[in-house]
Amino acid sequence: MAKRIDGKNLNIYYGKFLAVEDVSFTIAPRSVTAFIGPSGCGKSTVLRTINRMHEVIPGAHVEGEVQLDGDNIYAENVDPVDVRRTIGMVFQRPNPFPTMSIYDNVAAGMKLQGGRKNKGELDGVVEQSLRGANLWEEVKDRLNKAGSGLSGGQQQRLCIARAIAVKPQVLLMDEPCSALDPISTLAIEDLIQTLKETYTIVIVTHNMQQAARVSERTAFFNLSATGRPGELVEMDETEKIFSNPTDKRTEDYISGRFG
Amino acid sequence: MTATVTAPPPTLAATTSGRRKFKNNLATVLVTSSFVVAVIPLVWLLYTVISRGLHAITRDGWFTRSQRDITYKDPGGGAYHAILGTFEQVLLCSIISIPIAILVGVYLVEYGRGWLARTTTFMVDILTGIPSIVAALFIYAVFVTAFGGSRAGWLVSLALVMLMIPVIVRTTEEMLKLVPNELREASYALGVPKWKTILRIVLPTAFTGILTGIVLGIARVAGETAPLLILVGYSPNTNGNLFNGFQGSLPGMINDQVANIGNTRVLVNGRPVSIHYAADRMWGAALTLIIIVMALNVIARLIARRNKVTN
Repeated sequence: MAKRIDGKNLNIYYGKFLAVEDVSFTIAPRSVTAFIGPSGCGKSTVLRTINRMHEVIPGAHVEGEVQLDGDNIYAENVDPVDVRRTIGMVFQRPNPFPTMSIYDNVAAGMKLQGGRKNKGELDGVVEQSLRGANLWEEVKDRLNKAGSGLSGGQQQRLCIARAIAVKPQVLLMDEPCSALDPISTLAIEDLIQTLKETYTIVIVTHNMQQAARVSERTAFFNLSATGRPGELVEMDETEKIFSNPTDKRTEDYISGRFG
Repeated sequence: MTATVTAPPPTLAATTSGRRKFKNNLATVLVTSSFVVAVIPLVWLLYTVISRGLHAITRDGWFTRSQRDITYKDPGGGAYHAILGTFEQVLLCSIISIPIAILVGVYLVEYGRGWLARTTTFMVDILTGIPSIVAALFIYAVFVTAFGGSRAGWLVSLALVMLMIPVIVRTTEEMLKLVPNELREASYALGVPKWKTILRIVLPTAFTGILTGIVLGIARVAGETAPLLILVGYSPNTNGNLFNGFQGSLPGMINDQVANIGNTRVLVNGRPVSIHYAADRMWGAALTLIIIVMALNVIARLIARRNKVTN
């Protein structure tokens, strides 16, 4: 059920400002792809174009195509809501719905997408998703308590459970560990290893060790100067990017000789 | 071996921290005394109204009888007609105002762009500043002068709508702005359409605040007097019909009792003593109004608490 993603000649704008210029990439199904690069280079922006979250910001728009198994998600007859049902997302800061219990947070996607689900079915998916996010054992006795009462790492895993509960094909993660301590980070990284057997995963990270640990392929984004649009410098096997990158700029960034 | 320790310059440290402490104390005193100054009138007002009004409302029949056939010379009677009138007028006003105001607030925060949003904000600002008597005259001009209707309770409700809407729009707006964008994005990312995100995620998150706004709005209009005088008059008799005839109301009753306050002399232990029956009833009506607004406040808080998920 995981799908392949192709970005083709993407130009991404915020209003008139060109934030990312001419980016093309291919992401294989059932793999982890990491986006790395300095702040402001547009890696999160590119990530958000993959599930059409970019256009939620007023004035933001995209030129080019993103194909999901060959289907352009920016085609005229495609509803962004359907795209987001297929391509889930986990954000930088854990953002469980504060008015909802742990159970309702996980069930939120299914309930709010419409379509009737009976209680038994819902219970099953909630448990399965929480197990999938490696959180079930910690919360099974307090499913009706508020999701916001959990620790930061637990909240992030709750958000992952919420995202996988709607059974997406692809999971986008925007710096999912940057607000977490090392132990919670490890828990999420382990989880990513399990999730990639089912989903196509794209993860944005500032932590190069993390990219090296979890991903099979890595894309390095950069911007040539402040105010210039970001660009994709190179994308290759993670091992190659970190040991023997083709581009000088990648090597400089990886080895810390940046800027 | 002796270690040489250089002590920090003591005078400098002493003076800066001394000055800082002084400023801190000064600010604390200012803030605390301002609080006390602000609270004094409130406590005083509550004390006055309760001490003068309590025996009127605890008397038999206050909540069940009207002021029918009772003049300033007579003791007794109740505020039933006034409570009923105020309740009906405010209820109709709320039924019209609350949905409109919340939808306007949602529009301004979640959808509003460009000239329509700017114009709406501007209009709400103007409405906020409209004196109640102007709203009442407007309704009178439209429904009585132009359409030839007669004065009745529902016209009061319409005038109150103009006063209530801006209050609720403003609070709804503020509360919706407080909902973090991350929650909206989290919902969109689950493939939830925008309208459902607003209905099921954004509004419930802002629910408590909006509820407070509604109570504020009700409190604002429940004590309005000008629209009553212009649009429905006052009747000491019970009239539950919003669409026909004069109607009692709590502010109307206060006003009526003040207007006919005259004193009555009665003999107590053989000596004449002045008694103000009307004044008692005036304080009673004022206390009743305060109790109703406070009760609404408590109810709102209880509802808010019931809707909260516990940690």
